Amino acid sequence: MASVIPLKEEKLLDVKIGELPSWILTQDFTPKGIAGAFQRGYYQYYNKYVSVKKGSFAGLSTVLAAYMLFNYCCSYKEFEHEWPRKYH
Amino acid sequence: MNENLFASFMIPVMLGVPITTLIIMFPTMLFPTPNRLINNRMIAIQQWLTKLTSKQLMITHSPKGQAWSLMLISLFLFIASTNLLGMLPHSFTPTTQLSMNLGMAIPLWAGTVFIGFRNKTKMSLAHLLPLGTPTFLIPMLVMIETTSLFIQPLALAVRLTANITAGHLLLHLIGSATLALMNISLFTALITFIILTLLIILEFAVALIQAYVFTLLVSLYLQDNT
Repeated sequence: MASVIPLKEEKLLDVKIGELPSWILTQDFTPKGIAGAFQRGYYQYYNKYVSVKKGSFAGLSTVLAAYMLFNYCCSYKEFEHEWPRKYH
Repeated sequence: MNENLFASFMIPVMLGVPITTLIIMFPTMLFPTPNRLINNRMIAIQQWLTKLTSKQLMITHSPKGQAWSLMLISLFLFIASTNLLGMLPHSFTPTTQLSMNLGMAIPLWAGTVFIGFRNKTKMSLAHLLPLGTPTFLIPMLVMIETTSLFIQPLALAVRLTANITAGHLLLHLIGSATLALMNISLFTALITFIILTLLIILEFAVALIQAYVFTLLVSLYLQDNT
């Protein structure tokens, strides 16, 4: 069941699950392609939540919360030992 | 507890790869480029703050010194944003690493000194001797002033590192003290918690003040030499 738009140009959220492996294969994994993906992602978020007429603090604070979560995941191993437990 | 205390200052590693560069580049994402004459709220607030800071910092300079405005304002924004982001829990603050602060301090200080020596050689050398010293003290005083000149970049870097590191360490210690005291005596834990809150407010202030002091001192060295 082919979709109307060619597979390469679909956004990730519009791709059907069955087409996911072939979508991944069509994506550009060169450094330029990855940089382009990050740039697109940045501007998608920016234009939707920050650069609006009545942008609020929520646009920025979501980014900060995601940054905090990222750092939590990166240093999980170090404070696994700190949880209050009967036997360490 | 000792190892955990300094664990937050270790280089963050994701899947075995150090991601320090990514974390240093993260604050740039929070300062978008203004594209239009009238921008969105976030950019408007940043522009207003930048204008305020740049006027405050650069108004005392001569035109030759004001050529450094871009450098100094971006330095201030970088240190302030990095320090403030370090106030988030579990985050890594690059300015706690002496290597990075030395990397910022030495080139900037050296730049001001070389500009002074190149353009106003006599004036820069004259700075090495304060006015009105007795004649027999002159050799010793020249050595003292030279030492104080060479210690400037070290002082800049170590001041920033020590302030931010000490603040973070204090917060860790008092936080874990509060947790440990909760089982022993709730009232003491409450007092410690109030101390913790005050310290957090202080830390936010210190984050901004340190950025300002760093930039101000570099601009002072520049003023001396322009």
